[in-house]
Amino acid sequence: MTVESSAARKPRRSAAGKTGTAGTGRSTRSTVKQGTEPELVQLLTPEGKRVKNAEFDAYVAGITPDELRGLYRDMVLTRRFDAEATALQRQGELGLWASLLGQEAAQIGSGRATREDDYVFPTYREHGVAWCRGVDPTNLLGMFRGVNNGGWDPNGNNFHLYTIVIGSQTLHATGYAMGVAKDGADSAVIAYFGDGASSQGDVAESFTFSAVYNAPVVFFCQNNQWAISEPTEKQTRVPLYQRAQGYGFPGVRVDGNDVLACLAVTRWALERARNGEGPTLVEAFTYRMGAHTTSDDPTRYRHDDERVAWEAKDPILRLRAYLESSNHADEGFFAELESESEALGKRVREAVRAMPDPDRFAIFENVYADGHALVDEERAQFAAYQASFADAQGGN
Amino acid sequence: MAEKMALAKAINESLRRALETDPKVLVMGEDVGKLGGVFRVTDGLQKDFGEERVIDTPLAESGIVGTAIGLALRGYRPVVEIQFDGFVFPAYDQIVTQLAKMHARSLGKVKMPVVIRIPYGGGIGAVEHHSESPEALFAHVAGLKVVSPSNSSDAYWMMQQAIQSDDPVIYFEPKRRYWDKGEVDPELIPGPLHRASVVREGTDLTLAAYGPMVKLCRQVADAAAEEGKSLEVLDLRSVSPLDFDTIQTSVEKTRRLVVVHEAPVFLGSGAEIAARITERCFYHLEAPVLRVGGYHAPYPPARLEDEYLPGLDRVLDAVDRALAY
Repeated sequence: MTVESSAARKPRRSAAGKTGTAGTGRSTRSTVKQGTEPELVQLLTPEGKRVKNAEFDAYVAGITPDELRGLYRDMVLTRRFDAEATALQRQGELGLWASLLGQEAAQIGSGRATREDDYVFPTYREHGVAWCRGVDPTNLLGMFRGVNNGGWDPNGNNFHLYTIVIGSQTLHATGYAMGVAKDGADSAVIAYFGDGASSQGDVAESFTFSAVYNAPVVFFCQNNQWAISEPTEKQTRVPLYQRAQGYGFPGVRVDGNDVLACLAVTRWALERARNGEGPTLVEAFTYRMGAHTTSDDPTRYRHDDERVAWEAKDPILRLRAYLESSNHADEGFFAELESESEALGKRVREAVRAMPDPDRFAIFENVYADGHALVDEERAQFAAYQASFADAQGGN
Repeated sequence: MAEKMALAKAINESLRRALETDPKVLVMGEDVGKLGGVFRVTDGLQKDFGEERVIDTPLAESGIVGTAIGLALRGYRPVVEIQFDGFVFPAYDQIVTQLAKMHARSLGKVKMPVVIRIPYGGGIGAVEHHSESPEALFAHVAGLKVVSPSNSSDAYWMMQQAIQSDDPVIYFEPKRRYWDKGEVDPELIPGPLHRASVVREGTDLTLAAYGPMVKLCRQVADAAAEEGKSLEVLDLRSVSPLDFDTIQTSVEKTRRLVVVHEAPVFLGSGAEIAARITERCFYHLEAPVLRVGGYHAPYPPARLEDEYLPGLDRVLDAVDRALAY
């Protein structure tokens, strides 16, 4: 690396326990116990070894080899879709892409924990959760191509539209959950957000509202360590999961690269919601392996050593190691999945290239549900203006 | 059976009717429950409909609107109260970025039947942030509808219509008129929510206003009548959409227009009305469209608000100037 990048090197982020030491004259709070590695719920080690966890084992106790292969398949296909989308952006087919690379376990584990009648409120990076909800991946690409601002029916799969202004959707999730409770339903709601959004007032307010009304909502924070260029240290002085305590509900940190642990912890949290025990904060400790989006250049603010270190904790590799060591999957399975991946990539590629531009009058569509005189007037003016070109050319 | 009641009571009765007829209607806000709201607009509603439907919320406006959006997604029709005009801005992001755009960005799949009630305007000697008129800041946003009743009957019926609307409606309540009484007929068949009404016919000049300024404009018309001038008074009722057709019809007759609102004149709703009416009525106008409103200054301390707010003399002055062309 160059001298310049070395000089710009940020403090290493492997430790969450460097809080509380700034020169405020105050002693370090006892809430921060982490040493060099954060304490987190883990069921599969980075090497793919199954470890026991007294509290959470029960939530995946009955998991079948078939289901384990399913989780693996979900992660592989999601990663393949994500890679295809990144490539499509590079080819000019998409204006932007926000890659989920590295966060597959957090998203598939939590997404597969949801029930059909649960409702999901994503950010703009939850491609893996969308996959679990049955949203066709090609539908996610419309907004990144610029043909719409949300290309799916949220109620079709109980998967809300992507929310770009970070944190806003945690309030929508809370309100939705308040409605679920009013209806006497036993569904649950899950709100996704990130370490950056944790600083938003809306997230704080959603914690307050959900706690006060005991709303059946799970706050699933994917702490991928980076909010564009800002490390988590710029967002918080305590581990994020500990924030829940101040609001009066439990928070837990899970290994976000361990799909089994994410599944177990989210099942636990959703079950609490269904049982009327109110909100839970889950902090999935993971890593954004790629750039924030295709417009970002992480070499300007983080050292590649860090990414390399996280590569050893790859969520897909560790489940593969477990599947192989426990004889739950054979070569045929992996080979078949490989060709399924390629087929998915091809399908996505073709769908995006075939995606037509919207009709120009779409500008005026759905501005209001009940109509609006000004929109009608401006649509008519726009039509007349467009028609004037046809007249000028002698056409009709 | 028509009954005479204060404007605040008319809103209360309208909310009561909505809560009775539609189990999906919710009332939520700060102090709306046990207290009945700081202006008692929601008085007695929690007692009769329970805490599940008339909800005292934490003191967090973004949270109030954000959770209302979530409740609307679940099929509810929340009517939220922002306690005072100057308190709405913590919720401005949720209103502008989320509430207003949800229907469009879902390609019409999602509807947002949310009403946001905001007591607004000055004239009650209040402290800072309790007297503002921010309607233009909402009318400028596509996806929102903005209305403001001026009297008890409209307050009642426009609330019914706002709640029935599948679009988000910002419902500005003229707080200084809360205690003014007027007839409310619950059997009435109301006109369209966004249509202006001619509240006084005249031939020499049109005064256009909404909310708290309608009463003032009626008084101006009375005073002008004593001087032999015949003023027509329009109650616009809706700021988005604006009923330009009704204004145009009036101005084609009177040839002169003065718009009155408490909000600052600069880029206020009067500016839009002036521009559009000039376009539509260019050959009818005998004078430029004039505007009377607040100044480009923070709302002043209460002892100065009479200087800041449009009053009888200031509107009459504008009338004289328009007639002098």
